[in-house]
Amino acid sequence: MADVVLKNVQKSFGKAKVIHGVDLDIRDGEFVVFVGPSGCGKSTLLRLIAGLEDITAGDLFIGGERVNDLAPAKRGIAMVFQSYALYPHMNVYDNMAFGLELAKSSKAEIDAKVREAARLLQIEALLDCKPRQLSGGQRQRVAIGRAIVRDPKVFLFDEPLSNLDAALRVQTRIEIAKLHTDTRATMIYVTHDQVEAMTLADRIVVLNAGHIEQVGTPLELYHRPANLFVAGFIGSPQMNLIPCQVAGVGPSEVLVSLPGGGSLSVPVQPDGVQAGDSVTLGIRPDHLRISPEGALSGRVELVEELGENHLLYVDAGQGRRLTVREPGDARHEAGSTVSLDLAREFCHLFRGTGEALPPLKGHTSPASPSPDLTSSAA
Amino acid sequence: MAGAVAQGDVFVRVAARRRRSSLTRSRIRSAWLFIAPSLIILALIAGWPLARTIWFSFTDANLNNLSDYEFIGFENYLANYDGEWLGLLTDPDWWQSVWNTVWFTLVSVSIETVLGIIVALILNATFPGRGLMRAIILIPWAIPTIVSAKMWNWMLHDQFGVINDMLLRAGLIAAPMTWTANADTALWAAVAVDVWKHTSFMALLILAALQMLPQDIYEAAKVDGVSPTRVFFRITLPLIKPALLVAVIFRSLDALRVFDLIYVLTSNSRDTASMSIYARQQLVDFQEVGLGSAASTLIFLIIALIVVITLAAGRVRLGEDPR
Amino acid sequence: MKVLSRIGFWLLVIAIGLFALFPLYYAIISSFRSGSALFTTAYLPERFDPTNYIAVFDRQPFGQNILNSIIVAGTVVAISLGLGMTAAYAFGRIAFRGRALLLMTILAVSMFPQVAVLSGMFELIRSLGLYNTLPGLILANLMLTLPFTIWVLTTFMRELPKEIEEAAFVDGATPWIVVRRVFLPLMAPAAVTTGLLAFIVSWNEFLFALTFTLTNERRTVPPAIALMTGSTAYELPWGTIMAASVIVTVPIIVLVLVFQRKIVAGLTAGAVKG
Repeated sequence: MADVVLKNVQKSFGKAKVIHGVDLDIRDGEFVVFVGPSGCGKSTLLRLIAGLEDITAGDLFIGGERVNDLAPAKRGIAMVFQSYALYPHMNVYDNMAFGLELAKSSKAEIDAKVREAARLLQIEALLDCKPRQLSGGQRQRVAIGRAIVRDPKVFLFDEPLSNLDAALRVQTRIEIAKLHTDTRATMIYVTHDQVEAMTLADRIVVLNAGHIEQVGTPLELYHRPANLFVAGFIGSPQMNLIPCQVAGVGPSEVLVSLPGGGSLSVPVQPDGVQAGDSVTLGIRPDHLRISPEGALSGRVELVEELGENHLLYVDAGQGRRLTVREPGDARHEAGSTVSLDLAREFCHLFRGTGEALPPLKGHTSPASPSPDLTSSAA
Repeated sequence: MAGAVAQGDVFVRVAARRRRSSLTRSRIRSAWLFIAPSLIILALIAGWPLARTIWFSFTDANLNNLSDYEFIGFENYLANYDGEWLGLLTDPDWWQSVWNTVWFTLVSVSIETVLGIIVALILNATFPGRGLMRAIILIPWAIPTIVSAKMWNWMLHDQFGVINDMLLRAGLIAAPMTWTANADTALWAAVAVDVWKHTSFMALLILAALQMLPQDIYEAAKVDGVSPTRVFFRITLPLIKPALLVAVIFRSLDALRVFDLIYVLTSNSRDTASMSIYARQQLVDFQEVGLGSAASTLIFLIIALIVVITLAAGRVRLGEDPR
Repeated sequence: MKVLSRIGFWLLVIAIGLFALFPLYYAIISSFRSGSALFTTAYLPERFDPTNYIAVFDRQPFGQNILNSIIVAGTVVAISLGLGMTAAYAFGRIAFRGRALLLMTILAVSMFPQVAVLSGMFELIRSLGLYNTLPGLILANLMLTLPFTIWVLTTFMRELPKEIEEAAFVDGATPWIVVRRVFLPLMAPAAVTTGLLAFIVSWNEFLFALTFTLTNERRTVPPAIALMTGSTAYELPWGTIMAASVIVTVPIIVLVLVFQRKIVAGLTAGAVKG
């Protein structure tokens, strides 16, 4: 068990810089998920931690030891790859035993560890099979088993579920969560799937273009995105983002003028914004309500029925499209005009630079995160 | 703010000096260890002999005593004695061999390309016995060149050859022909054997390219009602062009160094000799290592030039990132 | 129309098949005819007269020639594969400075005209005291097989997923262990293909074998067949030559038919992906 500390870690491939000075503290036993759009550097960051790529600059500590110059096998890590990366010519048993054998463990010890891992993952019956005889889900279990037997201080997962079909993905996700509860090992998990991120993580690291946008618990990111990027990235369907102007500023509110004439008082700290500034108002589809006298109005363009709820895509003028999620079946048809009410306590305001305005002090937002998990944006 | 940037800069520079983790270091070290034996052997058996050949081409070395020679500059290539030009570049036999080789290469590679495309198109169609057919066309390729030449020699035999017999029966010729001894027909005979032996190589390379083509464009063409010949010339041919070029280049380089086929098939006369045959004749039969090496060097330069031009023109991507 | 094009297609297939097979077929039936029977043309096998096959081994050390060919080709294949495998790992898997240039040089060597090194090689072999010996031929033939072995194995090596290698590094493997325990087994099919191609190249090699050997006992098969003479200097022993040709061709053809798919894969890996 160990913590993982990154200090100003940078990575360049030739002239192209792909990781721009990442600082991150991952605590012992924590489950941290790296998310971000493709090409954001999340996999590269994981490979830097694994030692599969060289760190261009900065320091990496695992369990207090600086490991920049250590080979992967000496770092006390184990890695599960997206493509499973099982040795095709070895059977399941040998796949799991290979690392221990190279570490010169005794036969008895190897056998005990492999069988224990196989029991844990319920693949005891498959020990004599070659990888090609296994299904995708079974292969991924073997890959996880290969990681377990190494008894690593840190588990690294590189999009381990993306080659599995939907049902299997949910099942394996639950098993990985269980593995974490059972072993209490530090785990770092890379994914582009925010459902995986939200469900598995103790903390999520949102990466974009080689730097960290925000670090925080899943709910913290959902309820208090630090900036426009995180606001747009976390949550599905996406948060509605409405450009508007500040009409006035009070001590504990900011008044914005909405497109179409209305105005809205948002309960956030003004923190220096002034009347006339351009800001972006953010509100999730769940927090827009159809009501007879809403602050916004528009024409329903499209209705998507999902059974338990439905989505309305509303054209709010000037090509601006708002998404509304309402429970149950739709009561409005495409083409009809609706007016929308905004739940002001769920509104976010972002400066022109993209940063969120801080919430009111002592104001209990629905998330109410514990203070020690306060996010730090890089 | 500026101070922080400068500090970061120093940090990057210090870090750069020790940035290679032990994994990368040990991999690069082992890379050199792994290729060293091959490089040493290739330097010994290819680099060194090539260098010596080029060196010998500037000497009057003789096969009887290879250690006793004098440097004579370009005299093997071109020399002027009392107003009379001598040397390789003035030898009509050399130029005959150059012409023979170029003619042989152009004719045989052209025929092989056309036939190769036809055979590849046939093998690309699905029909019962396709696997067997692919095996059958590989057979000529696998037969040693010497053996092929001997087999054809026998078939082309002027008195008892089966080819004369067939042509006589068909009424195409009035009297038996001396195919391999006659300068007019001997090179055609060499082309025939080369085509027989190497069309399959061409066909297989083209077939591999054909099989990599996406199937849906053909379905789209079918839906659009494009005629098969148009599909071939407008879709297939442009798409397989890169592979076709590679195959043509490989075959051309091979044909330019032709030795054994012509050496065995034809009666070893200067009318049909290839460049390689000429060079070896000077070297071994006439013991003129200097002159033979000069011819060898010229052959090497000709082929090297062609390789360099093709590599530059085709921008064959080599050694790109293995990922 | 449809029927007609079908018929045309099959006629073409049959014509190609006949063209490919007839010379071998004719060599086989000729090899079983001897004496004056040979001096009439026949298209169908009449009887099986083994005289020529006995004469091949009787009049020259043809058994020794075959053995020489096997020894030379076998050794050349073993050395090429051994050296080629480690080199291919380095070229295919490790990004080191100068890799592209080296690989290019090796490809260039495989395109060398043999005759370009002939006098230098002659001097080398003579000075090593290997003239008219099998080790001399082995050394010379390596120039033909080693570059191309490295090249083909490198293209195969590049196709293996890099994650498997990375998993092995995480498991604590050194580069040498990765080659030996992970890539060698995975490359076995590619090695068979490449080895087979190298074997055929060496088995068929003529120029070096002709130039670097002197006595009949040291010759490999190709010069032995090329230099076969009859009882008189003027008439070549065609029946014997055909018998010898059949003897050395049949094993190669069996190999080719058995490993047909692998050979095609190897040929195209060496060329198309280059």
